[in-house]
Amino acid sequence: MASLPTTASDIAAAVASGSVTASLVLEHHLAAITARESDVHAFNLITIENARQHAARIDADVAAGKSVGALAGVPLALKDNMCTRGIETTCSSRILQGWKPPYDATVVQRLRDAGAITVGKTNLDEFAMGSSTENSAFGPTKNPLDLSRVPGGSSGGSAAAVAAGFSAVSLGSDTGGSIRQPAALCGVVGVKPTYGLVSRYGLVAFASSLDQIGPFANTVYDAALVTEVIAGHDPKDSTSIPQPVPDLRSAVGKGVAGMRIGRITDLPVGAEPEVLQRLDDAFQALAAAGAEIVDVTLPSIEYALTAYYLIAPAEASSNLARYDGVRYGLRAEASEVNAMYGATRSAGFGDEVKRRIMLGTYALSAGYFDAYYGKALKVRRLIADDFDRAYTQVDAILTPTSPMVAFEFGDKVEDPMAMYLCDIYTIPSNLAGHPAMSLPFGRGAHELPVGIQVMAPALGEVPMFRVAGALENAARGLA
Amino acid sequence: MTSSPSNSSITSAEVIKVARLARLDIDAAQVEHFTEQLAKVLGHFTDVDALDLSDVQPMTQAYPLANILRQDVEQPCLDRDEVLAAAPQAQDGRFRVPTINGEA
Repeated sequence: MASLPTTASDIAAAVASGSVTASLVLEHHLAAITARESDVHAFNLITIENARQHAARIDADVAAGKSVGALAGVPLALKDNMCTRGIETTCSSRILQGWKPPYDATVVQRLRDAGAITVGKTNLDEFAMGSSTENSAFGPTKNPLDLSRVPGGSSGGSAAAVAAGFSAVSLGSDTGGSIRQPAALCGVVGVKPTYGLVSRYGLVAFASSLDQIGPFANTVYDAALVTEVIAGHDPKDSTSIPQPVPDLRSAVGKGVAGMRIGRITDLPVGAEPEVLQRLDDAFQALAAAGAEIVDVTLPSIEYALTAYYLIAPAEASSNLARYDGVRYGLRAEASEVNAMYGATRSAGFGDEVKRRIMLGTYALSAGYFDAYYGKALKVRRLIADDFDRAYTQVDAILTPTSPMVAFEFGDKVEDPMAMYLCDIYTIPSNLAGHPAMSLPFGRGAHELPVGIQVMAPALGEVPMFRVAGALENAARGLA
Repeated sequence: MTSSPSNSSITSAEVIKVARLARLDIDAAQVEHFTEQLAKVLGHFTDVDALDLSDVQPMTQAYPLANILRQDVEQPCLDRDEVLAAAPQAQDGRFRVPTINGEA
């Protein structure tokens, strides 16, 4: 038997042409899940029967000569903070355990319309708060490349699902690096699009001015393909940008000749030496491919982490006020309503979520609002201004995605600041609202993958994918 | 192990108050634990005091959009029975909650 296609674009082409059935592709991925999911724990829920029925419908459509979508038969995993009608959506929190949403997220609808087959809902740090999936109420996900190490987070289950071959692509959400950092640690591609490019309708809110949905994939081209499918204006999200979706797939192979790529001279320190070496390699590869490397300064990004860890918790404290035991999820019984609120929230939320709710409540409370939240929003402006100045000189900027390769379980879980530092290079793009993506580029300590981050200005997905495509080409030579 | 109070930007009394505002019941051990951890995170914020922010406008939007409205026409909404089916308790087409202000 000929080997099955592995990339999403190859799978979709083969299924659409009838040379391979969606059902066969699905069974191949389900076999991988059967073999390794008990070790990896990428999923909170595996939806085998729904997936088989959907694959059979696609195969019937192909047999009947009907046209099928751009992702026909492509196995997909969804982070478990995206609403799926009638299918449990938990955010890896006890407070939502068992909740079946009465509607689908817009991204879920668009992917289904495109023919993607959802195989399950993936594990995350509770409410997407964390960088290792150790904050999941249902136990951590393990890195498929080394089971003693974390997959990163918060979208660790989605990154692991693609890395382990459980699905060809997956979706995550990124508030401060929650797609890019796990992509780096698991050796896959992960994209955070421009804020507003992809609808957040049906994404359970963490920090509404920062959250953005994006894909994980094995190749830059697949990531471009999925981004095109999920992007585009949605009237159900008032922050959705009313502009047509750019052609990203054709950008991937365009090369970087004549492009100007920024190197941050005041990059925050702390990255492992091997990670910095791979960054140098990446600059060299782009220069060899015809790009000009230009030094830029971003003096305010040293304050990005500090600003983020007030803004994100402040927004979270407001968003998570809705979990009160009244309309959905857990209720702890009590004779009076205020006692019920306190008992429900205390029983339902884990420590990290409580910590951030309290931090945010404090930052927004009377007497502290201007000193903390107000100031953080001004720092956010300084960071955006820094980027605006830099992007008058360059088309894209390169940094490491994560300061370190995948770390061992328990390394950082007792020290919130150490965990927060995982996101030092990814947070600035969320604060600015800009697109950024991570792709694997060589190896670091313990032969684990290193992720390089490509950042671009708002709606700069085309230059971003050009650079990522060129780096992917160069990375093939490193293997 | 607790950090010395002089380094703390938040006190245990404030943590107790914040927990009450956030409707979180926390016990004495958790108060101590959270006070230490929140003080550590807030301690980093003193870095920002080095910046002159007097002329900086706060950034409240990640992407500038304004006056996003839809046509004023009826559209289908969520199915009431499906929504209520997910509630911890429902009665007569409404969410049911425990006693409020001592009223039965």
